[in-house]
Amino acid sequence: MNRIVQLATTLGLLTMSHLAIAADAVAATEKQATNWHAIIMFCIFVAMTMGITYWAASRTKSTSDFYTAGGGITGFQNGLAIAGDYMSAATLLGLTAMVYMQGYDGYIYMLCFFAGWPIILFLMAERLRNLGKFTFSDITAYRLDQGKVRTMAAISSLTVVCFYLIAQMVGAGQLIKLLFGLDYNVAIFAVGILMMVYVTFGGMVATTWVQIIKACMLLSGGTLVMLLAMYQFGFSFTNLLDQAMSVHKLGEKLMHPGSLLADPITAISLGLGLMFGTAGLPHILMRFFTVSDAKEARKSVLYASGFVAYFFNVIFLMGLAGILIVGQNPEYFEGGTIGGKLIGGGNMVAMHLAKAVGGNMLLGFLAAVAFATILAVVSGLALAGASAISHDIYARVIKKGQASEASEIRVSRIATICLGFVAIVLGIAFEKQNIAFMVGLAFGVAAAANFPVLILSMYWKGLTTRGALWGGYGGLVSAVLFVLFSKSVWVDVLGNAAPLFPYTQPALFAMPVAFLLAFIFSKSDSSVRAGKEIEAFEDQYVRAQTGFGAAGAAKH
Amino acid sequence: MSSAMYERMRANPKFRELVSRRERFAWTLAAIVLTMFYGFVMVVAFSPASLGQPIAEGSRLTVGVAVELFMFIFFWVLTAVYVRRANTEFDAMTQEIVKEAWKENK
Repeated sequence: MNRIVQLATTLGLLTMSHLAIAADAVAATEKQATNWHAIIMFCIFVAMTMGITYWAASRTKSTSDFYTAGGGITGFQNGLAIAGDYMSAATLLGLTAMVYMQGYDGYIYMLCFFAGWPIILFLMAERLRNLGKFTFSDITAYRLDQGKVRTMAAISSLTVVCFYLIAQMVGAGQLIKLLFGLDYNVAIFAVGILMMVYVTFGGMVATTWVQIIKACMLLSGGTLVMLLAMYQFGFSFTNLLDQAMSVHKLGEKLMHPGSLLADPITAISLGLGLMFGTAGLPHILMRFFTVSDAKEARKSVLYASGFVAYFFNVIFLMGLAGILIVGQNPEYFEGGTIGGKLIGGGNMVAMHLAKAVGGNMLLGFLAAVAFATILAVVSGLALAGASAISHDIYARVIKKGQASEASEIRVSRIATICLGFVAIVLGIAFEKQNIAFMVGLAFGVAAAANFPVLILSMYWKGLTTRGALWGGYGGLVSAVLFVLFSKSVWVDVLGNAAPLFPYTQPALFAMPVAFLLAFIFSKSDSSVRAGKEIEAFEDQYVRAQTGFGAAGAAKH
Repeated sequence: MSSAMYERMRANPKFRELVSRRERFAWTLAAIVLTMFYGFVMVVAFSPASLGQPIAEGSRLTVGVAVELFMFIFFWVLTAVYVRRANTEFDAMTQEIVKEAWKENK
């Protein structure tokens, strides 16, 4: 093994000097040559997951099977699936690239993405499991007006899902074009259709297993690249840092907080948005209902946060190693000039690194991992969106709880297919747009629209329907407007001269709006219904604490 | 029926004991995480240069990297501590409370 690596490094150096001479001959191309290693490995992944979907389809009969895999997922499996759901391609590619470009800033982002998990465990996990059944609206609407509150929760869920889907689809199209040499539209259709098949036929069982397999691939692929890269630095972190600082254009500043978090408001707002956004993402919250009880729900967070923390540190090392292994090799730059534009764009650092340390095989594997990652995340999103439509809007609002299980499942399948087409259309429509703000927007809406009402409904006796509606809609509208008027949309997308809102991160401003509105309109609500809702908190509280009466607990 | 069950559980002194013990524990841990995390964010916001200092004279390892790595590990250890206590002590108390409420029911 060591010899192979040494050989590869020597070969790499040889090709480097060779390429320096033939630099002019290297043409800058957008679409890469068809990558057969990647395609074959990806096909193996698809074949495996299709097999699982076929098996899962036979086990998906009731609504509970469809939405939550019958509550039969273990804590460990769910932990892996949550990690697989949470770590998108943006994590693997975007954060590696951020460390490569900005050094320490990328590491700060990762801590922000991670720090929400302990808070979810301490304050939310067991109450979520004890009160919820299929969607998080089950909890917000537990003692409030079913129709109005569920509609509100479903609208904000779908908003989050759509923004997140756009980010994933556009990312998928561009990535696949680069990695597999496929056409953008073909890639978008492939992702959309595979997602529809997994979710419509296999429901939560198939989605969970897609996420588990993908998480294992991601963890092992990332670890392998990291180990091969670290080998070149004698597994010494200080050695790596030393060399990285000496070549990076930031120099000593590489390990200082830098330009991404230039002003205090942005730094604080980002911290809030990422931490509480995580606690308000519908596809993540939904995963808490797939386990049998609060005990397994807690274990899920323990495993999930362990995998996430581990992988973020792997990515940090990958990004730093990339500065030397990729950043100093003209082979990976357009036109062969070091410091120019990376072939395929800034997000390709992780891929180039895989190729540099492990050749085409490892590049193919990591490319397949990236594709699988996108598929797993969009499947989770589609399922969360579909259940907001079928469970909340159709079964509870339109049919007022009288829908049969068969018709509810049928509606969720139709909703999945519609969402699949929406995702394809949005993916094609946004191809040329700068979508960097989309994930931030999804987290911002989740933090401002979903999280405040959810946490208040579990902790604050005084929350009434009126307060929940004002808080939910207020948070949703203000988060969307703050992003719309910020630089990332108002200037970068709409082409105006100056932003109306000076900050790019909405959470610090939109979250207080939501909490304040929920508080004021609950306190001032003196209706009879409000009195009953406040009274009903007592029973909800006992159930939240003990899990008595919780869905699925009795069946196992 | 279940409302009566909830009523009895609420009346059980063990329920109050469980809630107060768990709340105290969960909020203490949450306060530790929130204080450390937002303390760190404040340092990033208002005194970024201090994170770039080397951890020791001549070392390449900076305070910022060391502090973050520590938080990744420490926060995860806190989740493990919570899960351990909740899945043994608190769950046992919960089961007792539910069982006693059933008994009274008969």
